[in-house]
Amino acid sequence: MKIVVFVKLVPDLVEELTVDPNGVSLDTTWLRLIVNEFDDHAIEQSILLKDSIGASVSIVAADLEGVDDVLFTAAAKGADQLIKLIGDFSINVNNHALARATANVIKELQPDLIMTGVQANNDLDGPVGPLLAEYLRMPYIGYVAGVTVSEGKATIRKEYPGGLVAEIEVTLPAVLGIQAAEQPPRYVAVSKVRQAMKTSSIEERTVIDLDPNGGLTIARMFQPEVVERAEMIEGDVERVAARLVGIFKEAGIL
Amino acid sequence: MTMAISEELSFYNQVLTATPDGERLKQCLQCGTCSGVCPHGFAMDYPPQLLIATLRADDFASVLKSDLLWLCVSCFACTELCPVKIPITFGLMTRAKEELLLAGNVPTELQSALEFSQRYSNPLGESPRKRADWINGLEPPVTIMGKSRRPVDILWFVGDYPSYHPRVQLISKALTKLLNALNIDFGILGPDENSDGDSQRLSGERGLFEMLAEKNGIVFSKYQFNEIITTDPHAYNAFKNEYPKLGISYPTRHYTEFLVERLTQLKPLLQHEVKAKVTYHDPCYLGRVNNIYDAPRTLLEAIPGVELVEMPHNHSTSLCCGGGGGGMWLDGFQWEKAHVRLSEWRTREAIATGANILAVACPYETPRFEDAAKVVQGSEELLVKDIAELLVESMGD
Repeated sequence: MKIVVFVKLVPDLVEELTVDPNGVSLDTTWLRLIVNEFDDHAIEQSILLKDSIGASVSIVAADLEGVDDVLFTAAAKGADQLIKLIGDFSINVNNHALARATANVIKELQPDLIMTGVQANNDLDGPVGPLLAEYLRMPYIGYVAGVTVSEGKATIRKEYPGGLVAEIEVTLPAVLGIQAAEQPPRYVAVSKVRQAMKTSSIEERTVIDLDPNGGLTIARMFQPEVVERAEMIEGDVERVAARLVGIFKEAGIL
Repeated sequence: MTMAISEELSFYNQVLTATPDGERLKQCLQCGTCSGVCPHGFAMDYPPQLLIATLRADDFASVLKSDLLWLCVSCFACTELCPVKIPITFGLMTRAKEELLLAGNVPTELQSALEFSQRYSNPLGESPRKRADWINGLEPPVTIMGKSRRPVDILWFVGDYPSYHPRVQLISKALTKLLNALNIDFGILGPDENSDGDSQRLSGERGLFEMLAEKNGIVFSKYQFNEIITTDPHAYNAFKNEYPKLGISYPTRHYTEFLVERLTQLKPLLQHEVKAKVTYHDPCYLGRVNNIYDAPRTLLEAIPGVELVEMPHNHSTSLCCGGGGGGMWLDGFQWEKAHVRLSEWRTREAIATGANILAVACPYETPRFEDAAKVVQGSEELLVKDIAELLVESMGD
């Protein structure tokens, strides 16, 4: 059993996002990148599967600032193989290009199961999972919150709105978009990450062509604009209450 | 660096041989003083005495299965009273937490504080770039070492909560006023400052502590100053007792020690009466761990109008606020497991003295005790104030 997890680094919202003077992308001067939260769940789900059925886990990520830490942390959790995609990557490379580049690398690895986060905060051209599945010619199931595997098939727990849960059986290989691992992502001690830095190695795969075809062209990126639809009611309690009653009457509520 | 337990050496033997004074474990006579004085001992399945007995029976595996060890607030009460001076807090409990952490047995609340500390160098998950935002608009402007690039007399290590927590920032502003009033040539590190890491160390994350200490060590070495002062007793403890073991050694004092030395200069500034009955809470890492009991009291007594009264637990018997040893990040866990809040016990003691002000000297305490006062009956009139705030009040600002 071989599992590949594709991990994206996304803007860390601890810093306020600002728009680049070019008006169509984020200003990257102070931008910090962080592992996509859903991808962290995908890593956790892969390690849980490894613990329960004995899989080998490969983590694939593009070469962006902080990627080595993300890969070594995954190794400290139990990942077996770390692969870094080397190429002309930036935070502005779209999911179509990422999925094409990653699919080529994943094909070589011949995995039984591919997992990635169901979504990310910078998915402007749709989530990466279905795109990966398309380029790999594999089935895709998203919003997954539980996976069990036996004899070439996986049973997937998928959550629907309204509290409905479906169990879906899929023949492997397949691509899964993970919404939540069966347990919250585990904590890994700094000493273990430092140890992993000494004992694991990162394999590099060069990506020559990043083809963004099929994605979006951004016409304008901007902060939410303030519109004046709210009326601030001034004055003392009596006055505010009287005005509120008036508004409710006008609206036909009273 | 922490080592996982090897098969050859049991955890008991590791503590025995690899901890300073660890061999004193052999002298434990199971008197139970430690478990009795432990504020959470009643709720733990392995309070210190029982933990030692279990280790002697070579059954650390059972300990690793329980999460109740996370109730230990590293308050040092057990170590203070142990008749044979076993290093219970730092040797036994902290080492056991390290093993729990390596085994992945970490409460989720604590996990995020540790992850934030790794990523942002503060446990609150705030942007490192905003670490000095609290000084915005202050006059005269506060010197940030990385910007001014000039030597200063005093490097003020502000700390995590005094930098980011809205309530505790008021204490930072008060301390700024005091330092300015005393014409102290001081600077802060601002975005260069990292968490001191002491509470992370005491919650079992030794590697994280070392990482943060290394970062601070590099930052300290970049600038010229004569002495460090800290707002936080935990930072004081780290710089005085732990950083030197990693080769990072600077003269350090808690701000109460620093101010009390300048009392003759400070006293004429304390013009306004603060007419109040004040009781002082000894922080664990100022009092029990570092024996600083007098400086905070001397400062309070220097304020005209202050009548200082003691709580039943004072000086070395002070009760922990519940925030130590990772407790600051385990509020929900502590409530779930123990169904008490240590800060509420302490607040009840403060009310019983008839005090209208509970004075503190640790940044964990104002938010903890103010929160407790919201739910403890009879605390409607109780104010929680840091000593720095009371001094500034007396200065008339």
